Amino acid sequence: MIKKSSAIYGLLLSVSGFLIAALLNALIPITAPVEIVDYHIGGTVVTINIAYRIVLFFLSALFLVQGLVSLRDHDRWKKFAKGAPLRFASGIGLLLWDLLGTKWQVLPQPFFPGPAGIIEAFLIEPGFVLENTLYSLRLYAAGFVLGVVFGVGTGILIGWFPKVYYWVTPVLNVTGVIPAVAWMPFALTLLPTPFAAAVFLIVICVWFPVTSLTAQGIKSTPKVQFEAARTLGSNTFDLVFRVAVPHAMPQIFTGISTANAFAFTTLVMAEMMGQPGGLGYYINLSKVWSAYYKVFAAIVVMAVLFSFITAILERIEKYALRWQKGLVR
Amino acid sequence: MADNTKDEEIILTIENLRRIYKDDDGADVEALEDVSLKIKRGEFISIIGASGCGKTTLLRSIAGLDKPDSGTIVMDGHPITKPDPERGYVFQQGGLFNWLTVEQNISYGLKTRRVYKQKKDDVAKYIELVGLKGFEESYPYQISGGMAQRVAIARTLINEPKMLLLDEPMGALDSFTRADIQDKLLELHKLNGITMVLVTHDIDEAIYLSDRIVIMTPRPGKISNIIDVKIPHPRQRGGVEFLAMRRKLLEEFDLATALPEPEYNI
Ligand SMILES: Nc1ncnc2c1ncn2[C@@H]1O[C@H](COP(=O)(O)OP(=O)(O)OP(=O)(O)O)[C@@H](O)[C@H]1O
Ligand SMILES: [Mg+2]
Repeated sequence: MIKKSSAIYGLLLSVSGFLIAALLNALIPITAPVEIVDYHIGGTVVTINIAYRIVLFFLSALFLVQGLVSLRDHDRWKKFAKGAPLRFASGIGLLLWDLLGTKWQVLPQPFFPGPAGIIEAFLIEPGFVLENTLYSLRLYAAGFVLGVVFGVGTGILIGWFPKVYYWVTPVLNVTGVIPAVAWMPFALTLLPTPFAAAVFLIVICVWFPVTSLTAQGIKSTPKVQFEAARTLGSNTFDLVFRVAVPHAMPQIFTGISTANAFAFTTLVMAEMMGQPGGLGYYINLSKVWSAYYKVFAAIVVMAVLFSFITAILERIEKYALRWQKGLVR
Repeated sequence: MADNTKDEEIILTIENLRRIYKDDDGADVEALEDVSLKIKRGEFISIIGASGCGKTTLLRSIAGLDKPDSGTIVMDGHPITKPDPERGYVFQQGGLFNWLTVEQNISYGLKTRRVYKQKKDDVAKYIELVGLKGFEESYPYQISGGMAQRVAIARTLINEPKMLLLDEPMGALDSFTRADIQDKLLELHKLNGITMVLVTHDIDEAIYLSDRIVIMTPRPGKISNIIDVKIPHPRQRGGVEFLAMRRKLLEEFDLATALPEPEYNI
C-alpha cells in the first residue's frame, strides 16, 4: 500500500520544478534586448514565452497523469517516485537556462539561446521542421528495416552453413570496422537518388552487427535442442526456423539495439553530406544562417524522436524475449 | 542370459552393435562392443551399469541419433537410420525449448509433423495426463525440474510413439520428485502399453519399474547379463522380493566389475 504522504510528496516534486519555471518565466522581466515577436496561430497570438509556458504546463500535466496512473501499482509507483527528484531538477535546470539564455542573456549569443528561443523555430516554420523530421523518419525506417532483414538473413546463412561462414566472415570483419559514411561518395555516384544512397549507408551499418550477432546466436544453439527437435519429427526447415532462430533471438535483439544506435549516427551524418531534407540537412541549413536556435531545435527533435524509437524497440524486445529468465519481473 | 523370446513379440532387434569413438589423443574408445539385444513389444526394460559403459551410446543408436560403426538395429522390420517420432527420446535435461510455453512445447511435434490442425485437442489431453493442467502458459524457466521432465515426456507421447527412450530422465531430480515421475511412467506404461527403454544409475529405480534389467560393463561396453524382474505391481520398495532382487543385482555388479567400485545411487 502506498502511503498518502509519500504519494503527495512524489507527485508534487515531479510537477513543481516545471511549474516554478513557468511561474518565474511569467514574473521575471526580460532585461536583455530580446525581440519578442507575436505569432498568430489559429486566431490567437502566441509569443515564445507563452509557447514555452505551454510546454512546461504540458510536461507537468504529463507527469501528473503518469504519476496518478502509476499509483495503482506498487512497483510502478516506486519507479515513478524514484524519478521525482530528477524531474524537479530538470524544471529548475530549465529555469536557470531560461534566465541565463533568454532573460539576462549571460550566455554568449546567438550560440546559446534559452529554451524559449529554441521553441521559436517551431513557431516560425512548423511545416518545414515537420517535413524534415518526416524525411529523417522515412530514411531511418527504410534503412533500418532493410538492414535488419538482410542482417538476419545473412546471419542465418553464416550461422547454419560452415562454408558460408568460411567465405563471408572475413568480408564481414573487414567491412564491419569501416564507418558506413565512408562509402558516401560511392553511394552518391552509384545510386540513382541521394535518398537511396543514404538508405544504402544505413543498411550497411545495421547489417554488420545484426549479421554477426545472429550468426553467433545460431551457432551457439545447444546440440541437444536440435536432437530433441529431430526425435520430434523436425525437418531441416524446422531445425532452422523453429529451433535455431528462436534460440538466437536474444542475440538478434542485441544486434538490433546496437544497430539502432549506429543507424542514428549514420542517418544524421548522411543527411549532413548532401541530402535534400532531413534533420541533419536542417541543421546544416540553419548553421549557414547562424540560426543556432534552429540547430538546437533540430537537436531536441532528434532527442525526442530517437528516444521514442529506442523505447519502442525495447518494448518489442521485452515482448519477444518474455520467455527469458530474469527479463520479466 | 539366453534370449528365448518368440519372434512375433519382438519390436526391436539389435545385432552385433559396435561403436568406437576417438578420444582427445586419437586413441580408440570402445563404447559398444558386440552388443545384441531383443526388446519385446510393450515391455519396460532398464539399462543399468557404471558410468562410461555405453548406455547413452546404445540408447542414442536406438533413437537413430548416433550411427554405429557396425551391426544393425531393426524395428518392426525396418532398419533404423535416423530419428523418428515413433521412437520418443527424453533427455536427461535441457531438451525443452525455452522460448515455447509448456503447451507450445507439447504441441511442437504435432506442428513439425504437420498434423496440428487435426490433433489440436490432443494437447490438452496430454497436459492433463502428465498433471500439468494450469501450467499451459508457463515458460520452462518458470517450472520445476520435475515438471520440465513431465513436459519432455508429454511432448514425445503426443506423437504416439511405439517406443519411449529415456536417458536418466530423473538423474537431476530430488528423490521425492523422482518417485513421483517413476509412478507417472508406470501409469503411462500401463495405460497405453508403450515399450519403454530406460537408462539409469539407480538400482532401486530399475527394480521398481522394469520387466527386465540389462546390465552393462565398461571398457569395452557390453551387456554382461539380463535379469527378469517378476515382482507383481505395485512393487514395495521395502518388500522381501524387492530386497532379494536388489541383493542379486548388487552381486551381479561385484562379479561384473571386479576392479573400480561401481557407482550406484542407493
Ligand atoms: N562423442 C564422444 N566422443 C568421444 N568419446 C565418447 C563420446 N561419447 C561417448 N564417448 C565415450 O564412450 C564411452 C561410453 O559413453 P556413454 O556416454 O555411452 O556412457 P554412459 O554409460 O552413458 O555413461 P554415463 O553413465 O556417465 O552417462 C565413454 O567412455 C565415453 O567417454
Ligand atoms: Mg549416459
